[in-house]
Amino acid sequence: MSTDKILVATLGLVGIIFTFWFFLMKREKEVSVENEVDITVSGGYSPEVISIPKGKTTKINFLRTDPTDCLSEVVLADFKIRKTLPLNQKVSVEITPQKVGEYAYSCSMNMYHGKIIVK
Amino acid sequence: MAEVKKTFPIKGMHCASCVRVLEKSLSRLEGVSSAVVNLATEQASVSYDPQKVSDADLTSAVANVGYKAGLESELKTEDEQRQEKQKQLYDLRNKVIVSLFLGALILWGSFPGLMDIAPPLLTNSWVQLLLAIPVQFWAGWEFYRATIPALRHRTANMDTLVAIGTTVAFSYSAVVTIFPQLVESIGVKPEPYFDVSTIIIGLILLGRYFEAKAKAGTSEAIKKLIGLQAKTARVLRDGKEVDIPIDQVVIGNVIRVRPGEKIPVDGEILEGESSIDESMVTGESMPVDKTKGDTVIGATLNKTGTFLYKATKVGADTMLSQIIKLVAEAQASKAPIQRLADLISSYFVPAVLMLAIATFVVWYVVGPAPSFLYGLLNMVAVLIIACPCAMGLATPTAIMVGTGKGAEHGILIKDAQSLETAHKVNTVIFDKTGTLTNGKPVVTDVVGDVLQLAASLEKGSEHSLAEAIVSKSESEGVKLLKVSKFKAIPGYGVEGMINEKKVILGNLRLMEREKIDISHERGRLARLQEEGKTVVILAVNSKAAGLIAIADTLKETAKKGVEKLQDMGIDVVMITGDNQKTANAIAKQVGIKRVLAEVLPDQKEAEVKKIQQEGRKVAMVGDGINDAPALAAADIGIAMGSGTDVAMESAGITLINKDLASVVSAIELSKKTMRTIKMNLFWAFGYNIILIPVAMGILYPFFHLLLNPIFASVAMASSSISVVSNSLLLKRYKI
Repeated sequence: MSTDKILVATLGLVGIIFTFWFFLMKREKEVSVENEVDITVSGGYSPEVISIPKGKTTKINFLRTDPTDCLSEVVLADFKIRKTLPLNQKVSVEITPQKVGEYAYSCSMNMYHGKIIVK
Repeated sequence: MAEVKKTFPIKGMHCASCVRVLEKSLSRLEGVSSAVVNLATEQASVSYDPQKVSDADLTSAVANVGYKAGLESELKTEDEQRQEKQKQLYDLRNKVIVSLFLGALILWGSFPGLMDIAPPLLTNSWVQLLLAIPVQFWAGWEFYRATIPALRHRTANMDTLVAIGTTVAFSYSAVVTIFPQLVESIGVKPEPYFDVSTIIIGLILLGRYFEAKAKAGTSEAIKKLIGLQAKTARVLRDGKEVDIPIDQVVIGNVIRVRPGEKIPVDGEILEGESSIDESMVTGESMPVDKTKGDTVIGATLNKTGTFLYKATKVGADTMLSQIIKLVAEAQASKAPIQRLADLISSYFVPAVLMLAIATFVVWYVVGPAPSFLYGLLNMVAVLIIACPCAMGLATPTAIMVGTGKGAEHGILIKDAQSLETAHKVNTVIFDKTGTLTNGKPVVTDVVGDVLQLAASLEKGSEHSLAEAIVSKSESEGVKLLKVSKFKAIPGYGVEGMINEKKVILGNLRLMEREKIDISHERGRLARLQEEGKTVVILAVNSKAAGLIAIADTLKETAKKGVEKLQDMGIDVVMITGDNQKTANAIAKQVGIKRVLAEVLPDQKEAEVKKIQQEGRKVAMVGDGINDAPALAAADIGIAMGSGTDVAMESAGITLINKDLASVVSAIELSKKTMRTIKMNLFWAFGYNIILIPVAMGILYPFFHLLLNPIFASVAMASSSISVVSNSLLLKRYKI
């Protein structure tokens, strides 16, 4: 095999490993929330992982600053909440989880994900 | 963060001091830079930082000083959202037109065959570069705009794939145009591919345009329901009729409704009568006659008469508001079938990126010359053909259309899980009283001329059978006679004196006690009892004069509903607290073979579980109040709605119209929705599983077939449209 082919194969392998590490090996920092949290919606949800107490009502304020259409709705299916997020406008939802566990939420097309950990 | 200025109506203002109080309260909020309230227009204009202040903050600042902000009006937000969506669609349409037009010009100047008849200007690479730049960075900007923040979050989506794919094609073409010798030095003919980058962007945006239009149709049901709401109510105040906005109606208000008008809120008729079209809420197509004491449902249409009624439920408590809430919740829920799709789609985009890299490497290393170009174009094709959107849209769009369709016909589905379970049902258990029957006894047979005497006697009784006899006499216009020495004999019947004759009315035991000979009536008595009827005997001066048979009547739709279920291959079971004889008689009339009689209310749950243990998927149909435990125990509980209350916690499905045929409709709707979901998932996954390897070039070694990236974009755009359109087809299904 010629040098350029070896180089391309090596770089390709590195690219694949990097892609795997970059997208699939990320560890999101968990933010502990007491009563209320602001989540910025831009290219995903920040903070992406929040932990909230069981049996208490927590207010989550979503503020979408990213015009991507995909993000214009947020779906918290476990809590039966689907909310339209108008651009630059705070939209609040209140949840009172009764069970401990991890509850994922996403945009309406299931492209962007966030997580609520109930402790 | 840019400041936002919002103008909204304030209710309850009446003097200049209100203005100051309101301005002060709003200005005190952290993040509000100015607040101006206008008494004449009754509006407030507030400039604020949206990161610090929400609509809820503004609303509570106004409410704290005793007024009401018109910020939370659902209709207004809907309106704003619609405008925002329309603007987005308009912008998108412009981008599609410009990019496809410029793309077509570039294609004309570069496609073999076409380029021979193109103006020389268009064949010039520099001209093509100039035409491609606005498409890549203006029309295609939204792909970058979505990709950059997503990468910051270490996530990738469809926009990432399109952004990378088109950037690769555009950058390569730009290098070819600016430094042709560089490409020549690696043995590749310097040909740009601006047609690929521009047409891909144009076609994907075109797909997005159609998809957005179709997606709007999936959430139409909620908008339709909100649109049913009346805007004003004509309330009686100090003897005068005043039109007020519907949100100002309070419980106890007396409201006048004229022919052809919408009933504003739920309530009870005080005066007058009318025929009311409730189809928009209950799905019941025949107008319902209502009179004093009957309940009316807000948002339904008054047809003929004028009446006065008292508001009993307003705002979020009305039946329509509850339906809207229930449908919205169902549409936000997730069906179990979606879990696998969710899991796969969360790994999908990174997997495609890795496959795209692998495609380039394999073509470069082992592909034919010019291997660089083959690798590049096939890599772009892989990035473009992958369509995670179709997978994300497959289930929710069908659920939204399915639940919406149900709501339009009085079938309220609690969540996606209930919709999914309903299609697996193979046994339906009906509670008898109030579900298969009307739950109200009526006189079915009168033997002998005994109705006048019986009704006269029973007028003074409170027994439910007495009510049936009296109402029969009323409906036949029978004049009642004077009764003296009336006496109720608990467990037996009643007696009294009419026209100086002793009249007794009661069951067989009463006749035996009084030693009355009924031998000539025995045959008829037995036959009526066989039919499941309760029979009372009337005797005058110790001589039997005749019989009256009373029975709970079947609902008109019961027989047809049961037959349809049996035609679908579903076992139908009846459960009741009645004795075996009565139960069998009713079951025979509707065609039910399996009867569970003499089951006490608290044993119904256990009976449901027993049938489940036989390996059956059970739907329990009941009134939702007495049967709550049984409904909850079944795989799916179906409650027949009562009055204006639709909040049936234990039921997965609530039928507002109390029509038994709706049980069939609900199961059929579930089957159709599930079929749509399965078709969508099959299409979305099948499409990706088959076409990604084709784009990688798997067919090349066998047939010398490769997928042009432009065709890849056509397939990609059509795949999500086809999924959404397939879900919309559910709307055509006739319930």
